[in-house]
Amino acid sequence: MSVKHALLALLEQEPMYGYQLRAEFERRTGTAWPLNVGQVYTTLTRLERDGLAVAGGEDGEGHLVYRITDDGRAEVASWFTTPVARTQPPRDELAIKLALAVTVPGVDVDTVIQQQRSATMAALQDYTRLKRRAAEAADGAERADLAWSLVLDSLVFGAEAEIRWLDHCEARLRRAAVEQGRAAARPPAAAPRPVGEAPARGAR
Amino acid sequence: MNAVLQLTDVTRVHGTGAGEVHALRGISFAAHAGELVAVMGPSGSGKSTLLTIAGGLDQPTSGAVRVEGTDLVGLGQQERARMRRTSIGYVFQGLNLIPALTAAENVALPRELDGMSVRTAREEALQALEEVGIADLAERFPDDMSGGQQQRVAIARAVVGERRLILADEPTGALDTETGEGILGLLRARCDAGAAGVLVTHEARHAAWADRVVFLRDGVVVDETGTDRVEVLTERADA
Repeated sequence: MSVKHALLALLEQEPMYGYQLRAEFERRTGTAWPLNVGQVYTTLTRLERDGLAVAGGEDGEGHLVYRITDDGRAEVASWFTTPVARTQPPRDELAIKLALAVTVPGVDVDTVIQQQRSATMAALQDYTRLKRRAAEAADGAERADLAWSLVLDSLVFGAEAEIRWLDHCEARLRRAAVEQGRAAARPPAAAPRPVGEAPARGAR
Repeated sequence: MNAVLQLTDVTRVHGTGAGEVHALRGISFAAHAGELVAVMGPSGSGKSTLLTIAGGLDQPTSGAVRVEGTDLVGLGQQERARMRRTSIGYVFQGLNLIPALTAAENVALPRELDGMSVRTAREEALQALEEVGIADLAERFPDDMSGGQQQRVAIARAVVGERRLILADEPTGALDTETGEGILGLLRARCDAGAAGVLVTHEARHAAWADRVVFLRDGVVVDETGTDRVEVLTERADA
């Protein structure tokens, strides 16, 4: 996630100090991705180094307030108008784990899948509970509530997609197991395997 | 905890001999007052069989099915039918509303069959329609309603008369997402008010409305998500 761009976007609205930026970030994203304040200050230092923001003196209570520069504004505009790249998908631990589980001998893939499904389902239950609560509290909704609810939707869709993918993996593994069983039951002469065809994987 | 529905070691075998199909292979399962339980599994895993047996529409090959302490297996056909009308509410994907009856008449029907006066049954029906948010459509016929409205009538019919066990099989069927969520919200509210609910679905997003999700595979329960929630995010949002 680009903390740098998120903070710049917040600074575009008004000058802020570190704790304020963190609070604003979390208010809008619903604390789904908590920032520690050290991370905020490191990022601010880097923004200043790159000329995208400047430390503009202290407010009445001694907080060091940062403001965005023209270069910073251009950077935010470009961030909003550039799609998030999917050419290099983020490393997906679950996909990697399953790819290894079906190829490393002796792994109970069904259990790997089911445990993940339960865990993701439990998370989806939590997101749904939060959505219900957010909907109940939606009277006099502000824009930040809408932002939080959209973030929740994103988490819901993500969890849902993961469970669908797990269902899909399970169905394919079962089919592969059945096909492998059939191939094994056939007399070898009647079932010549074409050269290069891989045997069904992950079947037990 | 008091289980409104308790299945103990239930099996169901269809057919005999070589054609024998084991739909359920020893399932123990409970739904408690105030709880909505979702049952998930691929087709053929036994989830619909589980629901029809829980509702007394089908008999197990072995095992016990208790609804509010009464074993449905030991009951005669008439007593079981009475139990179905008074204690158990169903919501099916296929609606099963009677086209020649208005919404209010559809909802009142199970109460009238139970010997209640037409007038009292109607009062209860109107109350149930109010609960599902369509009191103003009481005199409409099913054909004059949208899919979502018809499903609300079906829910009203399932909950009328304080029935404490609600069984729903893919109740959001062909409805669009928002309408479907409205239906799940009604089920949820009924359970929050003290009923026990069992929701059969293949949609993770619908199952997520439940307190517990039970996973079926080949007629057995393979796993469930507990009530021990992943609290991290919830707590942060509460703070």
